[in-house]
Amino acid sequence: MENLLLQALSGLASASSLFLVASGLTVIFGVSRVVNFAHGSLYMLGAYLAFTLVTQLPRGHLGFWGGVVGAAIIVGLIGVVVEVLLLRRIYRAPELFQLLATFGVVLIVQDLALMTWGAQDLLGPRAPGLRGSTEILGLRFPLYELFLIGVGPVVLGLLWLLFHRTRWGTLVRAATQDREMVGALGVNQRMLFTSVFFLGSLLAGLGGALQLPRESVNLHMDLSIITEAFVVVVVGGLGSLSGAALAALLIGELHAFGILVLPKITLVLVFLVMALVLVVRPHGLLGKPEAAARGGQGSAAPLIGPAPPALRRLGLAALAVAVLLPPFLGDYALSVLTEMAILVLFAASLHLIMGPGGMASFGHAAYFGLGAYGAALAGQWLGAPMLAGLALAPLAAGIFGLVFGFFCVRLSGVYAAMLTLAFAQIAWSVAFQWVELTGGDNGILGVWPDRWAAPKLVYYYLALVLCLGATLLLRRVIHAPFGYALRAQRDSTLRAEAIGIDAFRIRWLGFGLAAAAAGIAGGLFAYAKGSVFPTYMDIPRSVDALLMVLLGGVHTLSGPIVGALALTGLQEQLVRITDYWRLVLGSIIVLLVLFFPQGLAGAARARWEARHGDA
Amino acid sequence: MTGRAIGRRQILAGAGVAALAAPNLARAQATPIRIGEINSYTAQPAFLQPYRNAWILAQEQVNAAGGINGRPIETIFRDDAGKPEDAVRLAGELVNAERVSLLAGGFLSNIGLALADFANQNRRLFVASEPLTDALVWSRGNRYTFRLRASTYMQSAMLVEEAAKLPAKRWATVAPNYEYGQSAVRWFKELLTRAKPGVEFVAEQFPALGRIDAGATVQALAAANPEAIFNVTFGADLTNFVRQGSTRGLFERRRVVSLLTGEPEYLDPLGDEAPEGWIVTGYPWEQIDTPSHTPFREAYRKRWNDYPRLGSVVGYDTVMAIAALLKKTPSTETEAMVDAMAGLQFNSVFGPIEFRAIDHQSTMGAFVGRTVLKNGKGAMADWRYADGKDYLPSDDVVRTLRPQA
Amino acid sequence: MATLEVAGLEKSFGGVRAVQGVSFAVHPGEMLALIGPNGAGKSTCFNMLNGQLRPDAGTVRLLGREITGLAPRQVWRLGVGRTFQITATFGSMTVLENVQMALLSHHRRLGGLWRPVARLDAAPARALLGRLGMADQAERPCGILAYGDLKRVELAIALANEPKLLLMDEPTAGMAPQERVALMALTAEIARESGIAVLFTEHDMDVVFSHADRILVLDRGRLIAEGAPAAVRADPNVREVYLGSGAVTGAH
Repeated sequence: MENLLLQALSGLASASSLFLVASGLTVIFGVSRVVNFAHGSLYMLGAYLAFTLVTQLPRGHLGFWGGVVGAAIIVGLIGVVVEVLLLRRIYRAPELFQLLATFGVVLIVQDLALMTWGAQDLLGPRAPGLRGSTEILGLRFPLYELFLIGVGPVVLGLLWLLFHRTRWGTLVRAATQDREMVGALGVNQRMLFTSVFFLGSLLAGLGGALQLPRESVNLHMDLSIITEAFVVVVVGGLGSLSGAALAALLIGELHAFGILVLPKITLVLVFLVMALVLVVRPHGLLGKPEAAARGGQGSAAPLIGPAPPALRRLGLAALAVAVLLPPFLGDYALSVLTEMAILVLFAASLHLIMGPGGMASFGHAAYFGLGAYGAALAGQWLGAPMLAGLALAPLAAGIFGLVFGFFCVRLSGVYAAMLTLAFAQIAWSVAFQWVELTGGDNGILGVWPDRWAAPKLVYYYLALVLCLGATLLLRRVIHAPFGYALRAQRDSTLRAEAIGIDAFRIRWLGFGLAAAAAGIAGGLFAYAKGSVFPTYMDIPRSVDALLMVLLGGVHTLSGPIVGALALTGLQEQLVRITDYWRLVLGSIIVLLVLFFPQGLAGAARARWEARHGDA
Repeated sequence: MTGRAIGRRQILAGAGVAALAAPNLARAQATPIRIGEINSYTAQPAFLQPYRNAWILAQEQVNAAGGINGRPIETIFRDDAGKPEDAVRLAGELVNAERVSLLAGGFLSNIGLALADFANQNRRLFVASEPLTDALVWSRGNRYTFRLRASTYMQSAMLVEEAAKLPAKRWATVAPNYEYGQSAVRWFKELLTRAKPGVEFVAEQFPALGRIDAGATVQALAAANPEAIFNVTFGADLTNFVRQGSTRGLFERRRVVSLLTGEPEYLDPLGDEAPEGWIVTGYPWEQIDTPSHTPFREAYRKRWNDYPRLGSVVGYDTVMAIAALLKKTPSTETEAMVDAMAGLQFNSVFGPIEFRAIDHQSTMGAFVGRTVLKNGKGAMADWRYADGKDYLPSDDVVRTLRPQA
Repeated sequence: MATLEVAGLEKSFGGVRAVQGVSFAVHPGEMLALIGPNGAGKSTCFNMLNGQLRPDAGTVRLLGREITGLAPRQVWRLGVGRTFQITATFGSMTVLENVQMALLSHHRRLGGLWRPVARLDAAPARALLGRLGMADQAERPCGILAYGDLKRVELAIALANEPKLLLMDEPTAGMAPQERVALMALTAEIARESGIAVLFTEHDMDVVFSHADRILVLDRGRLIAEGAPAAVRADPNVREVYLGSGAVTGAH
């Protein structure tokens, strides 16, 4: 009994810290509708800055608490800088585009933190006066944890007062409800957004700084907190402060008691809960349906038509190179080209649901990975030859795509993205945890091609034929009635339904089709690498897929192709040129977002149209 | 902390200068022997910077001493960013484009396995330096892969020997939830039960790697009221676990046996909060004054103005093992090198070791001791060197574990 | 038989009774206008007819078949075309493609994965556009069309499945006066030719009184008058509802 109580208290302490971070994220989202991936980086910076300040300032209460508050304020200011330089310029961009921009910031901060604070974990001092523990029912409980349990509700109370008792707070609440209206009221929207960003970042920094007496400061803090914070914010309902508090409580206690019952399941538990909540309550526990974005897309997506002759010639030239050049290339170049061909298909499959489908997927890697695992498992357990494995890959991915998609395509925007993420994480943790079947993180080895396809050149042509074929097929689908139906429900669900189109069904089938295509890519990838690992379906791979599509341009058919080639080429080169490739890559992403918001292919198309007149 | 990442060009330049400075190279035209090294530099910088530093030091020393029969060695480093699929691609690049003679490296077990499989498929020698998983030399061992570091099994076995001496009957375990943590716990349980029938395991915690919910984990362990604890967490998880554990009194009147915790990589970040009296494997670098270790420590300090970590030993000895191999066989042809690797003996920083022909595992050992606080820092006391060859299963058992053996 | 028969339709939103006990019928070839002041329940009424809203009580019958509570797309399949108060078209498609979509859906060919849309149902789509005087706009993207043209596109879309009933919510809102008359005249002509029943709501009383065969007047959710334009115009109840606005007399 005492133990259960203490377990609950431990859960409360975690919940409290989680709430600090999540509250900042949800406040920022509520007003600006920006899904700030860099929120975790701000949290990490808060911890690092607090470490520096606290260890530099004189020991004692003033030094410690001054350092913590100072770090939070500095992080708030850093948030302002990010907002003014970057986010302010892209408020009108689609959500995933903003996600991409803030992901660029994550990469930049990672390397800057490494340069500034070094690689070793830093253990900060404990809080003065709260070093020890107290006895609760005869068991010891750290004072600092008790203090943290108090901080959460206090911050929640202060935020409530701020939002309900000040004019600024009233404006923020109004903006959360209806962004356009506040703009129409003549409020200085810029100042409002910037100040909200300051507050949200400050909360992230405070959350990080307050971890100082609890855990060591390290370079992995950013990504480990951001997924949890996303989960809390989404489960609670985007933009809802009390929702975030409730969800933090739920997740914190779930952790604390989950490890008592099923200690091995902690990896997936939170995502199971998130999936469940989103399936049952599509807008989180306390969230409200988003006010239908007024005026639909600010600017309508462009028409699609047959490729202009210039582009067609370019494509044919590229194809000629892809077919004729490889016999003269070495094995390494061939394996890079094979990988590029595979990633082109992967990107094209995501593009189908993001571009024409207008859906957001933050977990597309799941289907890539399921294809890879489908092929590898068939080989390992059934002794299936390569071609059978390759046939099974899209089947496995497609079936799971239909199962997961059934729930995902009902939701929209960020919620849909988060549900796809939850399913991807569930698939990932099954691959990670089901050691008997999948080999766990050690993966499945020896997934090499059949003898006839073993030479790199042969395998390259095989991959080229399948990937290019599938990509062209997807392109064909986009020009066919089904692709038009996808775009129809994206452009106007109202009209689509009014002419007999079952929007859900179209989205669902589109999702399944994209998953199957990603599965082909995954299967080919497995045989190209000779092995399959859970990393094939982890978050970074999903992010890579998004990057490729968005870099290329969502609203151009050649976008995913250009994006995939650009990103793989860039990464492959960068890793070899500099140790700080994340800094460079992050900067490139940020610059692209700012200056080529339509993506590379989109920008090229705009230029071409400007020169040749509108077709 | 002086560990700044070193730009790749600097490294190559450094290697080049060292090569030029080598007197024996007056013979000229000596083309360098190229080694391809792949590791998770950006994903695990804390461990791999000291590793690479020592690697460079070793390479400089080998080249200054005339290289391999007059040919300098040269290393091309690649960062796999913690992704096995990238490691495989980079291995292809190193082999095909950079024309390296052999591959080395690997920190994470899954990357080690991916590279081992690549080596097997492409018939290239792969000298795995760090990855601990037993599968690398046993269940998934292959002709082309050799491993330097003492494996999960070996280190667990070393600790079981100490754990069996304790009076404790009721044990709890805590380990990161991935292959390394799971197999460490599995071996520990199996070996300890064998060594001391009657022990029982009353609680198991498997926090996600890098995401330990330390307070709740500590509380859950305490609730089971074990007499002793086997810990496998490391890095940030370890620091959080130790902090919560000591505040909540988990470690009082309980013995803790802990894998790797005596390594400076993990002990040093704990500062004056390093736990006392834990039985650990590790590396008491400041206290080992042997003819093979002292010169290494001083050379490392001189070169990098920092003290060596265990990663430094591994990096240094990987180069030294490769150098010994290249001196043993005149050819850089893979099959000849692989044949020479089997049974290769050389003098490591920890003393003479051998790459066993039976399973390609080196007999490099580890230091087993007790943690103490010294001058406000964690250190090891009452330590001894546990020679790896004494902590491997019998040959018969190994043959059952390793398919091709 | 009446094309559309509505009986006892009810809808409340959180205690506010938006539509109460509304019953009426529309006959083939008839132009029936549904008017009433703002908030009278016209749109709610409309949205219940094509399935966008589910009524709390009452029935909707199309050609004798009950369609109450069916989804919009099912209602459409039974032959009900619809235009919206705020136009809803596919902005990333051309005018022609918009109409093609409706035709393809009508012919149940939307599952097609292979043949490009460009080659499917283009001719009948062009014919429809020609009928509405939009032939020269066929290749323009809907996203950049003038509002009045969008209304015509919507009408073309609505006619694509050879409907028995056309529901038009404020069909002329946002159009220039001459355009309004032209569009409604065209609608009436098509309706009579093809025997389509048309139910429309409208703010512009000129349009209502010059094109409607019959008029329904809704106020606070209740039907307060029904009949030929002249009778409705003379109805004291209607006069009271519109009192002071002078709208009923219009600019005659």
